[in-house]
Amino acid sequence: MEGGGSYESGDLDNLKATELRLGLPGTDEPEKLPSMLPRSSKRAILEANESQSKRNPSEIKSLEEDQKPAAKAQIVGWPPIRSYRKNSYQAMKMEAETTGMYVKVSMDGAPYLRKIDLKVYEGYKELREALEDMFKCFSLGEISRMDESNVHEYAITYEDKDGDWMLVGDVPWEMFLSSCKRMRIMKGSEAKGLGSIP
Amino acid sequence: MAEDEDGGRGGAGCGDGAGDGDGGADAPPPFSDRVLENVLENVLQFLSSPRDRNAASLVCRSWYRAEAQTRRELFIGNCYAVSPRRATERFRRIRAVVLKGKPRFADFNLVPNNWGAHFHPWVSAMAAAYPWLEKLCLKRISVADSDLFLLAHSFPNFKELSLICCEGFGTAGLAAIAEKCRHLRVLDLIEDYVEDEEDETMDWISRFPETTTSLESLGFDCVGSAVNFEALEALVARSPALWRLRVNHHVSVEQLRRLMARAPQLTHLGTGSFGSAAAAAPLLQGGGSSVVDLAWTFAASKSLVCLSGFRDVEPHYLPAIYPVCDNLTSLNFSFAEIAAEELKPVIRRCHNLQNFLVLDTVGDEGLQAVAATCKDLRELKVFPLDAREDSEGSVSDVGLIAISEGCRKLRSILYFCQQMTNSAVITMSQNCQDLMVFRLCIMGLHRPDHRTGEPMDEGFGAIVRNCKKLRRLAVSGLLTDKAFAYIGEYGKLVRTLSVAFAGNSDLGLRYVLEGCNKLQKLEIRDSPFGDSALLSGLHHYYNMRFVWMSSCKLSSRGCKEVAQMLPRLVVEVIRDRDEDHDNEAVSKLYMYRSLAGSRNDAPSFVEIL
Repeated sequence: MEGGGSYESGDLDNLKATELRLGLPGTDEPEKLPSMLPRSSKRAILEANESQSKRNPSEIKSLEEDQKPAAKAQIVGWPPIRSYRKNSYQAMKMEAETTGMYVKVSMDGAPYLRKIDLKVYEGYKELREALEDMFKCFSLGEISRMDESNVHEYAITYEDKDGDWMLVGDVPWEMFLSSCKRMRIMKGSEAKGLGSIP
Repeated sequence: MAEDEDGGRGGAGCGDGAGDGDGGADAPPPFSDRVLENVLENVLQFLSSPRDRNAASLVCRSWYRAEAQTRRELFIGNCYAVSPRRATERFRRIRAVVLKGKPRFADFNLVPNNWGAHFHPWVSAMAAAYPWLEKLCLKRISVADSDLFLLAHSFPNFKELSLICCEGFGTAGLAAIAEKCRHLRVLDLIEDYVEDEEDETMDWISRFPETTTSLESLGFDCVGSAVNFEALEALVARSPALWRLRVNHHVSVEQLRRLMARAPQLTHLGTGSFGSAAAAAPLLQGGGSSVVDLAWTFAASKSLVCLSGFRDVEPHYLPAIYPVCDNLTSLNFSFAEIAAEELKPVIRRCHNLQNFLVLDTVGDEGLQAVAATCKDLRELKVFPLDAREDSEGSVSDVGLIAISEGCRKLRSILYFCQQMTNSAVITMSQNCQDLMVFRLCIMGLHRPDHRTGEPMDEGFGAIVRNCKKLRRLAVSGLLTDKAFAYIGEYGKLVRTLSVAFAGNSDLGLRYVLEGCNKLQKLEIRDSPFGDSALLSGLHHYYNMRFVWMSSCKLSSRGCKEVAQMLPRLVVEVIRDRDEDHDNEAVSKLYMYRSLAGSRNDAPSFVEIL
């Protein structure tokens, strides 16, 4: 998907990605949003996407939006633009729709976390493949490989709205999207008791 | 035709043979009055401007009566300035009404919902008094579906309905209009909030008469729900008089082509999305219209002079409009998120453009292209894509200067930017001497001239000083009382003034109220003007349509004093829900002259002093 593509290419700028963490993955810390795309590259990316029939300035814009510090409380009615107009702009509309779908993914043994946009995937299969790709570089083993006892080496789990850790794949995709707060790829041995992975 | 000062009496003065010569000199005065009035009416019917008519009605009672009988168009700039009963009693033969309601700042969420301006009392009064009503234009009025039902059923000869910035109605109301108003020529919905309860959207387009219609103008670009396209196409096909059509963003470019093929005579077109249906559902459509096909369609529409829409524009379709660019006098790209590179090839062909609306995504570079080609430009509006106080600006003083140098005939400009320089504004004041409307919105609050660090006083001062025809002004940026001194001194023709986050002290407002003797509409927000400044305008408030002041330094004491000194002024204090009702400070003041006294439909959050 186009959005996913441009996201991956920005990794080198992802300072957060290179941060060494000693704490357990998933522990809370102040949310410092990384700079994923230098602003001037917006035009470059737009041009790169020219060949596609539908532009995605909205997705790029939404990535940029992530870098802004928590938005200043906007003054009512300023600047003086009718809401009719404000609500019509595609970029603004899409921004409203895509906010909130980014979740952190940690993997046991990996030195740093990743962040993914769940909306970009159509289902569990793609998600699994993407995670596989993403964490491949850590040579920790394949997420989908099984060990001798026919149990998967890793289990993909997620924390839901209630704070419980669940196995990814049990609930319908849409439900998963609306309840997943963050993900953790944990060693198979730790995942005992969570059931087998689809 | 000569007429005695005290008119009517004696009747011997008018000898142009229009009288029917009944009774002659022996007729009692009232009778000859009537003869005179008949004659007068015949003459006055040619008087169309409301100003002229108002003047004529003041001459004497006879003229007053004659004028009231012959007035056909009623213009009510503030629906609370007069009661529906009084208006319909004085003017008995009205065919067209223009009615305006809420203050303009309601557009920016500064007026709580349910404040007022309801259509109901007016439509009820008109249904009884004006069975021959033909035209209605409402602006910022709260219109319910039931009001539209009543309208549809009460006026058998109804022809034109324009609703601008209205709300409260949905597709059910539209269905009633379409179905019952068999002589409908115009249905224009402009920037309204058309909302239906969930799942209650009606197929209103299918309700138009099945026979040939007399439709000339149909605009529904603000309607959020999709219309039945087949029905729309059939409607257009059986409306041979249609010259203006504005569709909403649900209409794709493929559908647009079909509509244009049915109505090659169109002069005004709102294009809907200007994007392909194929983009929205790539697996369903084979591929969309090609730009060449679309261009052929435009080439066949030889009469097009006005284009708007472009809601979800796919830039590769833009070249399709090249065949009509040279004929365009009006182009609205203000919903098209395009960059300079995409604008340039289009605008370069628009030599006859007079009205241009655009998004700041085109940048200064895009504006320079406009300046290079559109030498006849009269009106320019540059809107911000990212309308926030701290967004990145895309246009600047560079664009403004370019426009002023290229478009010397400019009369009206609305320009949103993040920062500006005095020098650019001064340059515009010198180059564009025909300016009647100058509205500059520097979105960053209290922003000084970004090059010199000084307030923007000199720039606006130059505008009022050099643009001698200026009637409407909106100021912004860092402004001291000096700016207002300039406005008061030189802005002698200014009728509408909008102020936000400006001024230092009461002096600022004083200068304006004492100097601008043609001022009619004043709207101020977040500026440090208090009671003493408010009181300095007592001599003028009866000459004004309204005054709005919000988040200034007013108190109930000052507002009450105004209310007491000016009994024909309605002084409304509007309180936000969470505000303390005993609070001395007045956060929102809205006052207007009125013959109707305090309105009886004020909600609980409005206190009328």
